[in-house]
Amino acid sequence: MIEVSHLCKSFNGVQILSDVSAIFEEGKINFTIGKSGSGKTVLLKSIIGLHEIDSGNIYFHDRNFTTMTINQRKEIRKEIGMVFQGSALFDSSTLEENVMFPLKMFSDLSYDECRERANFCLQRVDVVGKNHLFPSEISGGMQKRVAIARAIALNPKYLFCDEPNSGLDPQTSILIDNLIKEIVREYNMTTIINTHDMNSVMEIADKIIFIHEGKLWWQGDKESIWTTDNPEVNRFIFASELTKKIRVLYEK
Amino acid sequence: MGRVFTKPDDAKVFRENVWKEIILIGYYSIVIVLIISTFIGAVITLQTAYNMTNPIYPDYIIGLGTRDSVILEFSSTIVGLVLAGKVGSSIASNIGTMQVTQQIDALETMGVNSANFLILPKIVAAVITFPFLGILSMITGIAGGWLAGMMSGEVPSAQYVYGLQYAFIPYYIVYSLIKICTFGIIISSVASYYGYYTRGGALEVGKASTTAVVNSSLIILVFNLLLTALLL
Repeated sequence: MIEVSHLCKSFNGVQILSDVSAIFEEGKINFTIGKSGSGKTVLLKSIIGLHEIDSGNIYFHDRNFTTMTINQRKEIRKEIGMVFQGSALFDSSTLEENVMFPLKMFSDLSYDECRERANFCLQRVDVVGKNHLFPSEISGGMQKRVAIARAIALNPKYLFCDEPNSGLDPQTSILIDNLIKEIVREYNMTTIINTHDMNSVMEIADKIIFIHEGKLWWQGDKESIWTTDNPEVNRFIFASELTKKIRVLYEK
Repeated sequence: MGRVFTKPDDAKVFRENVWKEIILIGYYSIVIVLIISTFIGAVITLQTAYNMTNPIYPDYIIGLGTRDSVILEFSSTIVGLVLAGKVGSSIASNIGTMQVTQQIDALETMGVNSANFLILPKIVAAVITFPFLGILSMITGIAGGWLAGMMSGEVPSAQYVYGLQYAFIPYYIVYSLIKICTFGIIISSVASYYGYYTRGGALEVGKASTTAVVNSSLIILVFNLLLTALLL
């Protein structure tokens, strides 16, 4: 479980997050949604410690991340897997080396064992026979899958994904969503996903958090989001004609 | 800076990274150093020869002049400036690209000290390889001068070789190696700094690369003056 309590973050005097409190339950897929610039990515990066927060607390299973020393945070980070928006695979390393990287750095496995584990993770995300290719030689969808393989290499307790479907076609997006869902269920990871993609939310979300102007505006599940009377949430979800029609059908 | 000079997370991975950087920084710079040194050595010899037409000057002075120019200034400062362009831009654009594509964030998320992981191997590799490049430059610069003198008929071989040995001060080589070693630290750290603090996109990576080359070249010139005043 991850708990965020009264989290505030500003950059150069501009308040990005104000008093955000939320609980992300263990083994659940938690979605953070909101407009571009609403503070979703800052929230995610604050939780994993890429941004130092101004005030508030972040707990990973009752361990207060905010008050930890650098070395204590390092230990927590070994329990974290992160899939970045642009995949963030290391350009100069092959796909296999990318997945092997956290294993080589933070496990006691031998080289062969690291390779075996990396191959297992690559197979798990359906990337087979491409181990020696470089990230620039594969498609965006496959890069995302390799990024997921790297994120799960160390069997993390927590998985964070920043817009895992951005730049992908709808079919590939669904494949990535289902892959995340399978992996989260398999390893019982606490997962937080940032997205704009309502298809993903409807596909796999257990809990949804709506961030607006740096504040937690609404939270609930994918059933209650259709019927909420929160105007900001409605404006965000029902921005397209398609979702408006779905709502009409849903209400019938 | 404090984060760069800490104990690496994994000694084996650090050694592997240093070795990779030795190849990238040192090995891939050998050809450019050889070509530039040969031609500059040849030009120094010919220019000295053309300006020493008065019979009062013995021919061996051309060899002596080439030797001292190459060892004292060329193989350290000029090669340092050339490497600031080649190695400096490569380091800044490499780290800058990693920054804007979130690869550095990925390292940090995994718990890796990214500054130490990326920058320290480059500084260590530069300190190891730059003196070798300097020695290589001295040898090929002097050899280039000898070839040019021979082929043009301006300096007899025996006179050139005598000039190389005449009033030779071995400390000049030490002085030159100290300088190029210092320039290696300057180039790798300044370029890494600009790369690491790149924010934005591809345009900013290009800007960081240019700024790294310009600033490391300026710092090299200032340090060249300081080290000359201190060491000679």
